[in-house]
Amino acid sequence: MRYIEPHAHMVSRTTDDYLSMVTAGCSAVCEPAFWAGFDRSGVQGFHDYFCQLTDYEPKRAAKFGLPHFCWLCINPKESEDMGLAAEVLSIIPGFIDRPTVLGIGEIGLNKNTRNELAILERHIDLAARHDQLILVHTPHLEDKHKGTRLILDAIQADSRIQPDRVIIDHVEEHTVEMVLDRGHWAGMTLYPESKCTAARAVDIIECYGGERLWLNSACDWGISVPLAVPYAGLEMRKRQFSAGRIDQLLYGNPQKFLSQNPRFKAL
Amino acid sequence: MTRQQLLDLYFMDARAKLIDLAAFLDRVDRGEGEPDFRLAAFRQALEALHQGEPVRAKSVLLALSDPTVEPIAKAPGKGACGAWPGPA
Repeated sequence: MRYIEPHAHMVSRTTDDYLSMVTAGCSAVCEPAFWAGFDRSGVQGFHDYFCQLTDYEPKRAAKFGLPHFCWLCINPKESEDMGLAAEVLSIIPGFIDRPTVLGIGEIGLNKNTRNELAILERHIDLAARHDQLILVHTPHLEDKHKGTRLILDAIQADSRIQPDRVIIDHVEEHTVEMVLDRGHWAGMTLYPESKCTAARAVDIIECYGGERLWLNSACDWGISVPLAVPYAGLEMRKRQFSAGRIDQLLYGNPQKFLSQNPRFKAL
Repeated sequence: MTRQQLLDLYFMDARAKLIDLAAFLDRVDRGEGEPDFRLAAFRQALEALHQGEPVRAKSVLLALSDPTVEPIAKAPGKGACGAWPGPA
């Protein structure tokens, strides 16, 4: 089956993962900017990271015949330091026009603090001024429900943002409805220990129809599965989804959202 | 799908998870010392399983969520622990 991996942190993965993904039918991979697992010491670290995302990683993926795209931001885990966040925000416009950049992301909240919210609003403003798509990270575990509501309100407060140009990622059963009700796309992340299992993601698709939903592995340096999306396709087969419907969910849906940026081209 | 088909697909997996859940609670009971807020939150979330409507997963998630609405002043750290400890 063909599929698009719309959210994967490939800088943390091996070439074996690239090989497995391509073999499984991956047609494009998209990499949001995120936390490295440790705080970077300054803006230069982000400059280097953005160079890695926009230059080196597409070349590494190309060795496996896989188109690689990225999103840029300072992750909410590092947004508590508003001075650093302001510096990082100031260098993003210098990278936005690079040929594989899809938009601003993954922005959002982590612990739902005032500083995180202020930096989220500045990212939303940046996206609006540069007419960029937005990819939003919602907080983990006990912070997700509250954080998702705060994020939705922050986006709604900026009238320049079209809801269907925003994907709210990492939704679960308690947040998916509010996201779809606001007109956004919703992403389901397939993790072994948190977020969604494949069976639960398919439940959500059955309950909400799957029109503005996508699935991703969000594989990174933590416990995660680079092939989680095709595995979810197998789960859909078990649940008697037709081949056409699986293709729509794993390929057609992410292609529809991502193609709002004309740079995006899957195999 | 029919309920029979869903049982055929998922019963053994759910059975294994149910036993794991029971074994986890037994393990904690056999442990020493006082538990933190997570055990009470876990037991509270288990109540959602008795609901008669197919919104149990949502109810469990909400039972483990921070119910407040205002952003907090400062991050206590970067991580999340899976249950809301209550007001600071």
